[in-house]
Amino acid sequence: MEKHINAPFTKEEAATLKSGDMVYITGTIYTARDAAHKRMADALAGGEELPFDVKNNIIYYMGPSPAREGRVIGAAGPTTAGRMDKYAPELMDLGLGGMIGKGVRSKEVREAIIRNKAVYFAAIGGAGALLSKAITASEVIAYEDLGTEAIRKLTVENFPVIVVDDIYGDDLYSISQSKYSAR
Amino acid sequence: MKGKSYMRDVDVNEVASKVRDLCIETNYNLSPDMKECLNKAEKNEMSPLGKNILGKLKENLRIAAEDNIPICQDTGMAVIFVDIGQDVHFVNGNLTDAINEGVRRGYNEGYLRKSVVADPLKRVNTGDNTPAIIHYDIVDGDKVRITVAPKGFGSENKSRLFMLTPADGEDGVKRAVLQAVKEAGPNACPPMVVGVGLGGNFEKCACLAKRALTLKADEHSKDPDTASLEKELLDMINKTGIGPAGLGGTTTALAVHILSYPTHIAGLPVAVNICCHVNRHADCVI
Repeated sequence: MEKHINAPFTKEEAATLKSGDMVYITGTIYTARDAAHKRMADALAGGEELPFDVKNNIIYYMGPSPAREGRVIGAAGPTTAGRMDKYAPELMDLGLGGMIGKGVRSKEVREAIIRNKAVYFAAIGGAGALLSKAITASEVIAYEDLGTEAIRKLTVENFPVIVVDDIYGDDLYSISQSKYSAR
Repeated sequence: MKGKSYMRDVDVNEVASKVRDLCIETNYNLSPDMKECLNKAEKNEMSPLGKNILGKLKENLRIAAEDNIPICQDTGMAVIFVDIGQDVHFVNGNLTDAINEGVRRGYNEGYLRKSVVADPLKRVNTGDNTPAIIHYDIVDGDKVRITVAPKGFGSENKSRLFMLTPADGEDGVKRAVLQAVKEAGPNACPPMVVGVGLGGNFEKCACLAKRALTLKADEHSKDPDTASLEKELLDMINKTGIGPAGLGGTTTALAVHILSYPTHIAGLPVAVNICCHVNRHADCVI
């Protein structure tokens, strides 16, 4: 099933998404990976505000390669989401609407997804050049010293992802593999 | 020439220059053997979604080459094999510094990502993707072969080392490789290329596994028994059903390469270095 959604997106829209749906995202998403998540967790622990409002927003686990002159961004494919599992439930409890990455999530993350009606999407790992074409603007908005790991605000147009974990508890990775495994 | 020793001078600046070029080349253009692997995989893949994904991966390669974008944003930690002929004498500087200078220039001038932190715990980015990881080997002759194989960490993080016992045998090896592959799953961006180091000791088998990833995709072991094991492992891996991007399918690995070394009577070390489909390696000879 192919669907188009805007970002940020609401819980009502999240309810229309099912594991396995091919989704095209248009709007604003934010990048953050290992180092930025650690800083955000430290900020929350210290009672500080986050660099951006996570409510209904999507975090894309991605650190780009440098952009050539005149270009918006370099290669921009997903990094392994599991490394952010430690931080994701707290952000979802604060209203984070979705995450884009690749690879499996932990039980705690999947529980937080269900409890918060958030969605985990996968972008195709290794398709960094292809995916960069769907990004029309990129701006560093926090942690500039982290270089590729800075938080970037991205404007995306029909950014292609697939729903892995929907709000109903289905997980695409578990469903898919059993279909093709042979004994 | 009796009594006169022969050494061929090699300028480290030439090494730096070649390393720079290879760093850039590998990140923009996948080698023909890997491209051919992906073509075959797309043809043979039984899952419609898997076929679609493989098609997108091929399109990604085309876009990367045509539009000058690195194939993958994880342009990796620079892993460099340097096979030095024992009659070579390096001049005009320190060889290791020159290699790192080549990486520095390649990653800067090639718009490649700086993905290295100076300290594993403090984690401050070095800003230039150095230092590289360099494996030096002394070989016969007076040439220097340099192989640059940038390694992304999605797959590296899923690599495993098992200190098996002699009693575990070939079945134990198969179990170990399959275990590593299954635990890697979608996280290593399948389809994978699997490098296996067999024998040696703790660090030797790991190095063999990494080296095995630099072999040509369609190259098989010269030893018939090992070649047979490579084929069997590839079949077993593809039967796991993990598939392209881990979303199910019949193509989970494109190739399995095994390199072996003699080992201790009490040991059977097995290293499994997982690589994704963006298996980057290029070499040159000075």
